[in-house]
Amino acid sequence: MHELSLIQALIETVAHSAVENDIAKVNTVKIVVGEVYGALPDALDFAFRVLTKDTVCEGAVLEIDKTPLVLKCGACGSEYQPDEINWKCPACGAGGVTAISGKELYVDYYEGD
Amino acid sequence: MKIIVGRDLLLANNDQAGVNRVLFKQSKVVAINLISSPGSGKTTLMEKTAGMLAGRLKIGVVVGDLYTERDAVRIEKAGAAAVQINTEGLCHLTADMVYRALQEMPPEELDVLFIENVGNLVCPAAFDLGEQMKVAVLSVTEGIDKPSKYPTIFREAGAVVISKEDLLPYTDFDLDTCLAELKEINDQLKIFITSAKTGLGLNEWCSWLESLAGAE
Ligand SMILES: [Zn+2]
Repeated sequence: MHELSLIQALIETVAHSAVENDIAKVNTVKIVVGEVYGALPDALDFAFRVLTKDTVCEGAVLEIDKTPLVLKCGACGSEYQPDEINWKCPACGAGGVTAISGKELYVDYYEGD
Repeated sequence: MKIIVGRDLLLANNDQAGVNRVLFKQSKVVAINLISSPGSGKTTLMEKTAGMLAGRLKIGVVVGDLYTERDAVRIEKAGAAAVQINTEGLCHLTADMVYRALQEMPPEELDVLFIENVGNLVCPAAFDLGEQMKVAVLSVTEGIDKPSKYPTIFREAGAVVISKEDLLPYTDFDLDTCLAELKEINDQLKIFITSAKTGLGLNEWCSWLESLAGAE
């Protein structure tokens, strides 16, 4: 469901930048979305098609780069992809972790004329 | 022409959340982002909480709803200040909506501010409102699979209120399994098992809120 507001923010970001860079038509937008957001590519695509109507992004192709969740253990330094529920370090069992990938949410680039 | 952007899509929201966070701190109010599925009994919990804490803590509630449900009226009758936000279909509150609600309900006049988010467990978890703590509400009528289906919210929450305990005999909800799973996801979680109908757990919940407000 929040795919709609993510795409809304995306369009605002690109539209703003397009004005600054004198771009009248955007052909491709690439976004990076971390796994933690649980955003579904189909829903992002759908939202993009609906919300870009009458904007500089209308008709553009949306490329989605989904980054996997990778955690780093604070105790032993292991890096690992956790399962859904248990985020504890598989090597040492410690619980203090930081995400080193999977929390990204940004427009990488766009192409236009 | 290719333009590299690299701009965080939640930047605008996060900036506003930062402003809210400073405001809450300066006002010495404990702001709690209350997140649940639809029909979990959030509004009833707020009603009971406001009634029980009347005269002890000044409570404010920002009620977020997809469309008008007039929940704010129920909460005001129970003795708390309330402001309703209709998100017009948006599935979560944003930091900006909360900021605007605060113009109607000055935080410095409150001890605890509940931000009753729109009913779902996914989207509200992604949007920082500047709150000190997220609290998830889970009713026994929703089934047991919520924690494993939506681990993010239970991982980020400081507490979980399990509601409608009185309905336990009429459901296949396995409380022990649910508690074990919640512990597995987040062993720091404070868990309250409550029933608005019998009053179970509400004293513990209210005492906990008082200790939070006192600790601020
Ligand atoms: Zn480790």
